[in-house]
Amino acid sequence: MKPRTMFEKIWNAHIVREVPGEATILYIDTHLVHEVTSPQAFEGLRLAGRKVRCPHLTFATMDHNVPTTDRSLPITDLIAAKQIETLAKNCSEFGITLYDLHSAKQGIVHVIGPELGITQPGKTMVCGDSHTSTHGALGALAIGIGTSEIEHVLATQCLLQQRSKTFEINIEGQLSHGVTAKDIILSIIGKIGIGGGTGTVVEYSGSTIRSLSIEERMTVCNMSIEAGARAGMVAPDDTTYEYLADREFSPKGEAFNRAVERWNRLRPDEGASYDKSISIDAKTLAPQVTWGTNPGMVTDVTGVVPDPDDMPTLDEKNAVQRALEYVNLTPGTQMTDVQVDRVFIGSCTNSRITDLRAAAETAKGRKVAPTVNALVVPGSQAVKRQAEAEGLDGIFRAAGFEWREAGCSMCLGMNPDILMPGQRCASTSNRNFEGRQGKGGRTHLVSPQMAAAAAIAGHFVDVRTWE
Amino acid sequence: MEPFRKHTGLCVPLNRINVDTDQIIPKQFLKRIERTGFGAYLFHDWRFLDTGELNPDFVLNAPRYQGASILVAGTNFGCGSSREHAPWALQDYGFAAVIAPSFGDIFRNNCYKNGLLPVVLSEDISADLIRQIEAQEVYRLTIDLESQKVIQSDGTAHAFEIGDFQRQCLLNGLDEIGWTLQFESSIAEYESGREVY
Ligand code: SF4
Repeated sequence: MKPRTMFEKIWNAHIVREVPGEATILYIDTHLVHEVTSPQAFEGLRLAGRKVRCPHLTFATMDHNVPTTDRSLPITDLIAAKQIETLAKNCSEFGITLYDLHSAKQGIVHVIGPELGITQPGKTMVCGDSHTSTHGALGALAIGIGTSEIEHVLATQCLLQQRSKTFEINIEGQLSHGVTAKDIILSIIGKIGIGGGTGTVVEYSGSTIRSLSIEERMTVCNMSIEAGARAGMVAPDDTTYEYLADREFSPKGEAFNRAVERWNRLRPDEGASYDKSISIDAKTLAPQVTWGTNPGMVTDVTGVVPDPDDMPTLDEKNAVQRALEYVNLTPGTQMTDVQVDRVFIGSCTNSRITDLRAAAETAKGRKVAPTVNALVVPGSQAVKRQAEAEGLDGIFRAAGFEWREAGCSMCLGMNPDILMPGQRCASTSNRNFEGRQGKGGRTHLVSPQMAAAAAIAGHFVDVRTWE
Repeated sequence: MEPFRKHTGLCVPLNRINVDTDQIIPKQFLKRIERTGFGAYLFHDWRFLDTGELNPDFVLNAPRYQGASILVAGTNFGCGSSREHAPWALQDYGFAAVIAPSFGDIFRNNCYKNGLLPVVLSEDISADLIRQIEAQEVYRLTIDLESQKVIQSDGTAHAFEIGDFQRQCLLNGLDEIGWTLQFESSIAEYESGREVY
């Protein structure tokens, strides 16, 4: 048989119907749901008199517009409250498991899926959210979908899809101290551009990826969509199985061993061919900072703000010019001279326990600069409890960071955590689009270590030199 | 869904690359639980000044482009988030089609599901169309999905590609859920052979 990629294996195993000239009907093993993109889908079901085909394969939580302050208080944003209520109503009407605001399992949908063991190798997963790609870190084919597709999956447990192209990104070698998974993915996006992965599913491979923990692999897969890719994945290995053992929804005992045997077969075959491939040498990577208004506008922390006149095309020149006006930076400015007003440590990219440990390590025994307001928002209630058990909250609080309840928070500012116009933020999230964290706000994407260091110094610093 | 066969309409140029869905419809407007009413917030942060007044410098606000139904934009239009509110807003505002050299994948899928036609034309042709639209007070294009052509008023036609299935869905205004449910027995058969643990 022709050697197959991991994508092909998972895809082929989920075909319900594939006929030339038609979209493929692909079976979906797990559907994750949140409050912002689902109300119209449930309403559509009701209008058509349809049911949810597999409520037991559907899991919901509230994350996007939940407050991160005291949960015992009523939600002050009435429209957000309505969306949250609507999700609760829909879940009870259609029989879907919901981890609501007061559940000990609540959190950002892409944090709790893996945490609960819902995310597993070889599964097809969807969620009405582009960062669904995160789940690929465990070897799932996880695709972000829109609201009409949510309704389609609710009604049929299937998705209509065209087969994607495949893209192998191979990363070899050892990362330098202070260089993280976030820096890997930011530099990849810088290289291939924010449209570089469009139409493809990325498979990450190589010794660097193998050496990453599952949480670090999640950071890489999470931002695959920022390169335009439909999904990103890493073939499962012992690291994956160790992570999955004993999680709530993981198979147990003998069933787990049988699952591992099956999961082992997901690895791409020797000689499998990809539509596109690139290789990256980990040794050449430095901590990254974005300077513009999309994640591809990024440079090494030792770099400078680029000059629009150096851009190869007129379109790019105009885009850079617009971006620099928006972020209010002058060409040639050293990134380490850029001062920040706010720091946000959180989001489905970097809000897991290892991210918080890394940030706390950087902040330990120091003080947030008096000019900076800094916020730490754990990705889930479970992460929050774990961090508190380890005393990380104490380290952050002592340094002057605010410590919050779990949610998306300032990643997209649908709740009260937003930037004011003109404020500049070092953020561990995934999008620095205009207005993403609040109208007129300026976002610089960095790793948790870089964010913590910026909070303390008041400007960006090269964490490789951090004592 | 309303079928899309052939549409003639006034064009407006949005000469920017990488227009993301956060710009098409900013997050503060995603809290509605309906599919309608998003047009008022389309391109909100570009279209309105901080005072809430229309920004006279934003192209959509120019008097000559009022009533436009075809948007011609730069490469990678609709990148970013999966929010279907983006095509809902474009459609609610009055757009029937968007022409660009490339689109974000999820955005493009979301367009198909709503009968908003994303048309891929090469960078050269798109750029040339933008120049023509800017140069002419009233510029209309016809998009014929049946023959897969974008036709200028002087008769010049540009062919575009679209998947057979998407094309059929759009031409017939097909309910995809209904379509998939015809194969209910195949789904049930798949489910019975599926490994569960
Ligand atoms: S943390 Fe940000 S990117 Fe992640 S799901 Fe929430 S809003 Fe989306």
